[in-house]
Amino acid sequence: MKTIKAIIASLALFAMFAGTSAQAKVEIQWWHAFGGRLGELLDEQVNKFNASQDKYTVVHTRKGNYSETLNAGIAAFRAGQHPNILMVFEVGTASLMAAKGAYVPMYQLMKDAGQRFNPNGFVSAVSGYYTTTDGKMLSMPYNSSTPVLWVNKDLMKKAGLDPEMDLSTWKRVGNALDAAKAKGIDMPFCTCWHSWVHLENFSAYHNIPFASKSNGFAGLDTELAFNSPVHIKHIQTLGKWAQEGKFKYMGRRNEAGKNFRAGECMLMTESSAGYAGIKKEAKFEFGIRHLPYYGATEAPQNTIIGGSSLWALSGKSKEENKATAAFLAFLSRTDIQAKWHQDTGYLGVTTAAAKATKKSGFYKSNPGTDLAGIQMMRNKVTQNSKGLRLGSFDQIRGIIDEEMEGVYNGTKTAQVALDSAVKRGNVLLRRFERANK
Amino acid sequence: MEKRVFFKGWWLPALLVAPQLLISFVFFFYPSGQAIWNSLFLPDPFGLKTEFVGLDNFRFLLSDPYYLASFKTTIIFSTAVSVSSMALGLYLAALADRLIKGAGVYQTLLIWPYAIAPAIAGVLWLFMFNGNIGLASYYLKALGYEWNHTLKGDQAMFLVILASSWGRISYNFLFFLAGLQAIPKSIIEAAAIDGASFWKRFGTIVIPLLSPITFFLLVVNIVYAFFDTFGVIHTITSGGPEQSTTILVYKLFSDGFVSQDLGSSAAQSVILLVLVGILTVIQFKYIERKVHY
Repeated sequence: MKTIKAIIASLALFAMFAGTSAQAKVEIQWWHAFGGRLGELLDEQVNKFNASQDKYTVVHTRKGNYSETLNAGIAAFRAGQHPNILMVFEVGTASLMAAKGAYVPMYQLMKDAGQRFNPNGFVSAVSGYYTTTDGKMLSMPYNSSTPVLWVNKDLMKKAGLDPEMDLSTWKRVGNALDAAKAKGIDMPFCTCWHSWVHLENFSAYHNIPFASKSNGFAGLDTELAFNSPVHIKHIQTLGKWAQEGKFKYMGRRNEAGKNFRAGECMLMTESSAGYAGIKKEAKFEFGIRHLPYYGATEAPQNTIIGGSSLWALSGKSKEENKATAAFLAFLSRTDIQAKWHQDTGYLGVTTAAAKATKKSGFYKSNPGTDLAGIQMMRNKVTQNSKGLRLGSFDQIRGIIDEEMEGVYNGTKTAQVALDSAVKRGNVLLRRFERANK
Repeated sequence: MEKRVFFKGWWLPALLVAPQLLISFVFFFYPSGQAIWNSLFLPDPFGLKTEFVGLDNFRFLLSDPYYLASFKTTIIFSTAVSVSSMALGLYLAALADRLIKGAGVYQTLLIWPYAIAPAIAGVLWLFMFNGNIGLASYYLKALGYEWNHTLKGDQAMFLVILASSWGRISYNFLFFLAGLQAIPKSIIEAAAIDGASFWKRFGTIVIPLLSPITFFLLVVNIVYAFFDTFGVIHTITSGGPEQSTTILVYKLFSDGFVSQDLGSSAAQSVILLVLVGILTVIQFKYIERKVHY
């Protein structure tokens, strides 16, 4: 009898002990969209955080690409099974912002947790994307990039061009493409992320509106405006190049990156974050240039970002929110940000990280890696260059992609295609406005 | 000589059909009811608030020229997939039926593609026709034909039809082969003795005797092309270029699960439900009359 009692007692003790030790650590979930090299670097950050303290554990899970991650998060939210932190790409920002009650705003989260957090430490061109018009930061910028022009210097030489030639305007790019085509280069030009580079960033860079109401920042009743003469001129030029075989269309996302890395494409417009892959795979000398512009508009404005931010979803306990706050504060630390910036080619999203990187001599030994940052911060941002905040924007991008395909394959003029994209996109904006009144 | 069993009372028959009724309710009536109900609302993606909009979702859809165009795309796609996979399935079955040696090996190999999931089949074909690394696109280029299905709608359509039909050929082959083997040899031999040629025998004896199976396959293949092919389309074209491969069910998927427009997506599923209902009625009312059992 005694032994049985002893066993029971010790079991109970053990259970209590096991219980308390399991409870001691608060576990939070993070859903993200990074695989491959980026996934490894993300895992490294999480491990570093988990090892740095003993109160919280972060568990990260990859949920597919950006769209799939957002959709998984939304579906889980409806079912009440959502994670603490959700990675949302910039296109989904407006959808999240409109869903008041689905998230805990960043400033609130940090305040409630008593976490020291300085929203002004972020580069304003980046944090502006995730901040309300009255200056409240809603989500934490994680990875941000901006489009640049990638140059295959070996192919430039083959085309009889000076690989260091001036490629700052689209006219000069056009001349280079003519020369390359004449020398029999199969793919003089290619691009990734058509809408993002050639309409969204194009608008900001030329300081013209992509949509009314400060590109949607000032209200849900915004209307698309990317069918101006300047836009049409550019898309028509791309269409002409496609017809003449100077520009090859490889797909809507970053498919063309493969052709560039394989050394087939001479000039490519792609995110600055293409750096990690190009550096690893390119067997040729490559260069990074600023995104070209049209000389007609004086000096270019600034480009805008693509990438994601981290949202703290609502409906979690105070303890878990504290853990979330601690983790997000950890991610904004200068050493973490600087390492991320140098490893990936994403921008340093805090000013301190950019400074630290400069001080370390990284830009000197990796020429061109600072261009993206310069390009984004070269001017004071305007109404047209702050970014975009449009509902249903993933869907609208799909419409833009479709219409642009019509221009590239020669079935539509740029005027017809962009007018149609604006009209179809506006229908979705009105629907979004109605659903989020 | 029909055999009929009558039950006394009602509880035993009720009990016997209950499992089937339960399954139908859980997997058909309940979700369909949900779809119809949801099609009358405009919810926000997170389910935080919703607004009753009556038939506005349907009005929104039917005023969208791309939605109407997707009906045409669906008809072209479904017809091409059903006809090509059934014709090839029948052709291969007729050949395999005449085999004397190694019939089992051929049959097994021909059935194999059916075991491959649509999405994976899509990736396989995409790999062969990929503009960067695809073998097929490489040889086409060598022949002087520019292959770029990301830009050319007709090529994209051809590729999704090819990938969707491929696995289906096996399925149709299997049924046609079984059908062919069920036809009594004596009838065919009698016709042969009377001097009927192969084609004459095939046209006047085999085809009519296969008609129940052909009818069954027609229904099943159209349902397949309507609903099960979205994995193929998602992996190969995502509905592009310019929505040239966006069939109805793909649009439903992308509006609902990519764009989070659940109201429109529900309305689309109601329209599809009605459409398939009509299609099935037509098939049974008009085509089945021509079928000899």
